[in-house]
Amino acid sequence: MDIRRLTVDDVRAALLERRASAREIAQEALRYARESNQASNAWLAFAEERALEAAARVDGKIARGEDPGPLAGVPVAIKDNIVTRGLRTTCGSRLLERFVPPYDATAVERLERAGALLIGKTNLDEFAMGSSNENSAFGPVRNPADPERVPGGSSGGSAAAVAQGAAVAALGSDTGGSIRQPASFCGVVGLSPTYGRVSRYGLVAFASSLDRIGPLARTVRDAALVLQAIAGRDSRDSTSAFAPVPDYVSGMNGNLRGLRVGLPREYFEGLTGGTAAQMEKARSLLASLGCELREISLPHTPYAVPCYYILCTAEASSNLARYDGVRYTWRAPQVETLAEMYAKTRGQGFGAECKRRIMLGTYVLSAGYYDAYYLKAQKVRTLITRDFLDAFGQVDAIATPVSPFPAFRLGEKLDDPLQMYLSDIFTITASLAGLPAMSVPCGRTPEGLPVGLQLIAPHFGEPLLFRLGGAFEQAGGASL
Amino acid sequence: MKITEQEVRYVAALAHLELSDEEVKRMTQDLDGILAYVDQLRQLDTEQVEPMAQVLFPGSENATLRGDEPHEPLAQEDALANAPLSGAGQFKVPRVIER
Repeated sequence: MDIRRLTVDDVRAALLERRASAREIAQEALRYARESNQASNAWLAFAEERALEAAARVDGKIARGEDPGPLAGVPVAIKDNIVTRGLRTTCGSRLLERFVPPYDATAVERLERAGALLIGKTNLDEFAMGSSNENSAFGPVRNPADPERVPGGSSGGSAAAVAQGAAVAALGSDTGGSIRQPASFCGVVGLSPTYGRVSRYGLVAFASSLDRIGPLARTVRDAALVLQAIAGRDSRDSTSAFAPVPDYVSGMNGNLRGLRVGLPREYFEGLTGGTAAQMEKARSLLASLGCELREISLPHTPYAVPCYYILCTAEASSNLARYDGVRYTWRAPQVETLAEMYAKTRGQGFGAECKRRIMLGTYVLSAGYYDAYYLKAQKVRTLITRDFLDAFGQVDAIATPVSPFPAFRLGEKLDDPLQMYLSDIFTITASLAGLPAMSVPCGRTPEGLPVGLQLIAPHFGEPLLFRLGGAFEQAGGASL
Repeated sequence: MKITEQEVRYVAALAHLELSDEEVKRMTQDLDGILAYVDQLRQLDTEQVEPMAQVLFPGSENATLRGDEPHEPLAQEDALANAPLSGAGQFKVPRVIER
């Protein structure tokens, strides 16, 4: 049994045919996670005791002839901004280096209830702010496809862990592309579900009008199985949606005949590093599968990055106000007054990117600037969302590159925040509109770097994404 | 210049964020570049456009309210467990009122 290639179905078959126990799978996953971590730095903590306890529950159920659950024995990784009871949750920040949450996130609770084995917590940009994973206080993650390159961000650790193979699937969070972009850079599947589809209870808040939890996996089917386990209304998150959760896997029938797929022209300009050639191949493959390809326009696309960086920083400046040295583990030493305690704890605790976003967010919300920046951006958000709603009058789904370029080198964009922000240019739009969007592997560049195809569907259109992405994958999309 | 060092210091004070002189310089440069970039939103006429605060889906007014049923709260000791300084069931902070 090669842990690096297992799918959810492989694990299930191995367990039910008694070729392996959940305990053996947990041990092997942990062993390989620790070993591979030396190259990738994808993991921040391992949860040996917890994984073995979960494995014992699965093995017990199988021994008693009970259903062990849809994700029984599946080793999973959890991004370290999703809280886990009794298991350190750092958000990639010095400020939370010793934070041990008193409860589990709903998504984690649901995964474990489905039989999954939580083997550890994965590295990320501090408080999920970044596109390269270089903003982690615990060192950057290296891309398994090329250790000199970034894995993308902010869910870089989750993407690298799944690509390396220690985890069959992982949870990430996506605010402006933080699941899809690292999935594309590392060559795995990453889904940002419809806003509200997955409860965010226990996700450390960054930008609340945009934050989502979603799966990363090695196959579209596995991503569907993970979403199945975590989706649905949660009374502990008032923003979670009431929409019923359909059976995601049964809709994956491979039939794309006559499906209208829009190719927005704004997303095919300025592609570099071999991305354009891969998109050309994706287009041919989709056509050969019977999709009806239509060129469309999403005219407000150029305004998405400025719109997003006003909204997300404004919300972040408010959400991060709670890290003031009172409740969350770390307080700057030698402070005399309360004001000094706040300022020094935050000044010494946050990394450069968090400070930049807190500053920008505070500025755009400050007296005299609110209308010019925040309110303006909220109106532009409406325009960007309308672009999509108009487009979905003509097409069933939209296909674009995930990123204008494949994984870049460590350090390449670190000193230029604006260039870093522009790497999210194609993922931010669906984030603003609250639409479900998935990154599916779309072959590699001549240099061997993975490229991702982004598929976008109308709200709650996850079944269509799985059908489309699954057929693309089955037809050889990953080896284009 | 979109923003001056003096404004950066003012905003940092609003955010309770201590920045070194060097950080203020760098932050002024970075914010200046970002603010110049986001200014392109001004090109759009949004006079007649409603602002969008977040994605909303149809539902009744009370849909998100749950029943008022008592349940086990987080124990006080658990809530305080991550505090840098606590005592007598409270979070402790530097003195704010002179006796």
